[in-house]
Amino acid sequence: MPRDISTESLLEACKITKRFPGTVALRDVDLAVHPGEVVAVIGENGAGKSTLMKILAGVLQVDSGAVFVDGQQVNLRTVREGGELGIALIHQELNLLPNLTVAANIFLGREPHQFGWMKRRELQEAAAAVLKRIGLDIAPDTLVSALSIGKRQLVEVARALSCEARLLIMDEPTSSLSESEAGKLFEVIRDLRDRGVSILYVSHRLGEVEEIADRVVVLRDGQVTGHLTGKDMCRDEMVRNMVGRDVARVFERTRMASGPLALDVRDLVCLNGSASPLSFTLAEGEIVGLAGLVGSGRSALLRTLFGIDPAAGGLVRVGGCLVTPSSPRSAIACGMALVPEDRGTQGLVLAMATSPNLSLGALHRNHVVGGILDKTWEKQASEAMIVQMGIRGAHPGKATRHLSGGNQQKVVLGKWLLHNPRVLLMDEPTRGIDIGAKQEIYRAMEALAAEGMAILFSSSEMEEILALSDRVLVMHDGMIAGELPAVDLSEEAVMHLATGHELSYASRQSSVRVT
Amino acid sequence: MKKILGISGVLVAVFVLTALLEPNFLTAYNLQNTLRWTGLFGIISIGAAFVIITGGIDLAAGSVVALVGVLVPLLLVEAGWSLVTVFLVLVVVLLVLGLLHGLLITKLNLQPFVVTLCGLLFYRGLARWITGDQTQGFGSAFEGLRQLAIGRIPITESFGLPIPFAIMVLLALLAGALLNHTIWGRYMMALGHNEEAARFSGINTDRMIILAYVIAVLTAGLGGVLFALDVNSVQPAVHGNFYELYAIAAAVLGGCSLRGGEGSILGVVIGAAVLRLLYNAINILGIPTQLEFAIIGAVILVGVIADEFVRRITAARLTRSMPEN
Repeated sequence: MPRDISTESLLEACKITKRFPGTVALRDVDLAVHPGEVVAVIGENGAGKSTLMKILAGVLQVDSGAVFVDGQQVNLRTVREGGELGIALIHQELNLLPNLTVAANIFLGREPHQFGWMKRRELQEAAAAVLKRIGLDIAPDTLVSALSIGKRQLVEVARALSCEARLLIMDEPTSSLSESEAGKLFEVIRDLRDRGVSILYVSHRLGEVEEIADRVVVLRDGQVTGHLTGKDMCRDEMVRNMVGRDVARVFERTRMASGPLALDVRDLVCLNGSASPLSFTLAEGEIVGLAGLVGSGRSALLRTLFGIDPAAGGLVRVGGCLVTPSSPRSAIACGMALVPEDRGTQGLVLAMATSPNLSLGALHRNHVVGGILDKTWEKQASEAMIVQMGIRGAHPGKATRHLSGGNQQKVVLGKWLLHNPRVLLMDEPTRGIDIGAKQEIYRAMEALAAEGMAILFSSSEMEEILALSDRVLVMHDGMIAGELPAVDLSEEAVMHLATGHELSYASRQSSVRVT
Repeated sequence: MKKILGISGVLVAVFVLTALLEPNFLTAYNLQNTLRWTGLFGIISIGAAFVIITGGIDLAAGSVVALVGVLVPLLLVEAGWSLVTVFLVLVVVLLVLGLLHGLLITKLNLQPFVVTLCGLLFYRGLARWITGDQTQGFGSAFEGLRQLAIGRIPITESFGLPIPFAIMVLLALLAGALLNHTIWGRYMMALGHNEEAARFSGINTDRMIILAYVIAVLTAGLGGVLFALDVNSVQPAVHGNFYELYAIAAAVLGGCSLRGGEGSILGVVIGAAVLRLLYNAINILGIPTQLEFAIIGAVILVGVIADEFVRRITAARLTRSMPEN
């Protein structure tokens, strides 16, 4: 299809629309990338950045709209087809095989061979040449498992370059890199750009976007809301474009005056988060939102509080009860409960019916002498909970696997309510469930808080955080970047804290200059 | 329940077919023998089932049968220890072995297959070494004790219920109660399906897994005592060979999934009965006994294939009838 587009554009996307069940991920998105430029794509969680990247790389297909490469319309159905046109996607989660060498990973599936007999020397030499090209000083026969995350990221880049990639799509490449590793990556990116390779760079970290990008495209709710270049490419302008919507209240909540102290966290150090100690408190009847970008340490904090992940130090008290670290049993005994992030693998035994799932956490307190199951109690308690939570589709003998996501989540919540916890932790409590079920979960949270329960919930959905919270803790890089009471709550305020304040940006920039 | 229906059908079919083809099958002598062996194998299969339900595997059962099989006559006859002492020593030894398996698997995070494979090799070697590979037995002594294995509870003039079968029924009732009516049985089922969710629910999953391996070793030990009393000549090198595989086969035939979380004690008992019945049918119908393993293997394979089809059909029906809400 002939089209009047600039011939110098390497890739152009026109009016891309992509729907997922129940939501429109991208709506009429336009994007162009020219040879030798770094284009950053930014936006909140769920703005559609990853979906767009996957479409451009051939992982997903558009519902409507068109993608042009070198002015020719293309219909990429697989990553391989994208690769043949010189487009390479470097995933958020790395796709390397740690048990193989660097060389084997770079040429995986394209090993030089003769009748299936691998030409090892040729493989090593070719790998060494690619590694040299990006200035990565490691031997091609090093095992990937021996490399740091940052080096692995660069091996991914080497793999993409070995496929003659002209456009590298990088989805959150620095999310698990140290500052010096990120600096090294930026050097490589600049070098590649100067040699004519284009880079699409997706990141939450506005500081590094400012530093590395030639242009910025802002996505919000699946639509392009801003093109920033030159001096407009500053943090304030980016944040303004990322949020800037009328925040329609998803839920109208009656706020209560909060009561006495329910949860007291002192200097908690999460082993799987950053090493900085976290301290905060929750009062009875208070709903506290835990905001932050993906990977900011919200889940790690909740898991550590509940004893699933080990803590490297600190004290957690529920009322007067000191929680033993690394022991969910102790956390439960002290009156804590966790609705985990992944209800399928952590919240429910999917193969079991609703009733045994509801009772699972409470059996040790509700049984007859000698560990005999109290089936009368189980039946009554679960029937009452099914009514209380409004769980639909629960039948004895019907596995929870066959319930809808919203009802599954109500089962997980109901399981903990059988315990009467004083402190309820919820990790993304409404992820992947429909609007109706979300409202029911919100109402349940409100009712529980009104009865005096303290609730700490994490969410990637800003509306949820704004609508439900009495107070918000914003996390950034494993630390609590700030605390916002309901009166100071705004999307801009949360985003500013979540993307890191000016100070940390300045320190990163200076450290990059040193390396 | 559906899973038991299938295996029960196989049991009835083999029984009726063999009875029609060979009337001698229904003699009291033959039935008593089959029931006795069903009891003996059923006992070790019940233990295997607990381990399989938690998502593990126990390969050491046959060697535990051999080790116990040489220890009992060795201590009772050659060393002349009292019955009570031997009983207590056995219980302690078995508890230690079960705990060892469980601790290695949960605390050191070793794979059940590897741990119990090492057990299989180690206990066999130990049994052969302490006896110098000499056949062990009770001779004509301990006739009373041996009744536990060879005795019968008279029902009619010509037919008596073999005591090992009665012991197995008792054990099955206990095991069924543990699995279906106690919180620990519920925990094992839950963690067999999804260990992480069980842990998130505050269940001490390690302790439950250790319990399963202790049960497996204890039942293998009980089976070992009865097998030794029954044969009265225990050859350390071959006694109990492959018994762990019979136990696993019975559990799988009886509806246990090697993925964990599924199984019933009644099913396992019926599974053990099917295996013994097949063995008996092969013998009594004059089918070359060399074919024994081939026939048992084929029956198990057909059984699990049929099971998979039933599962797919019910799953498809469920998805179709599932109301979206």
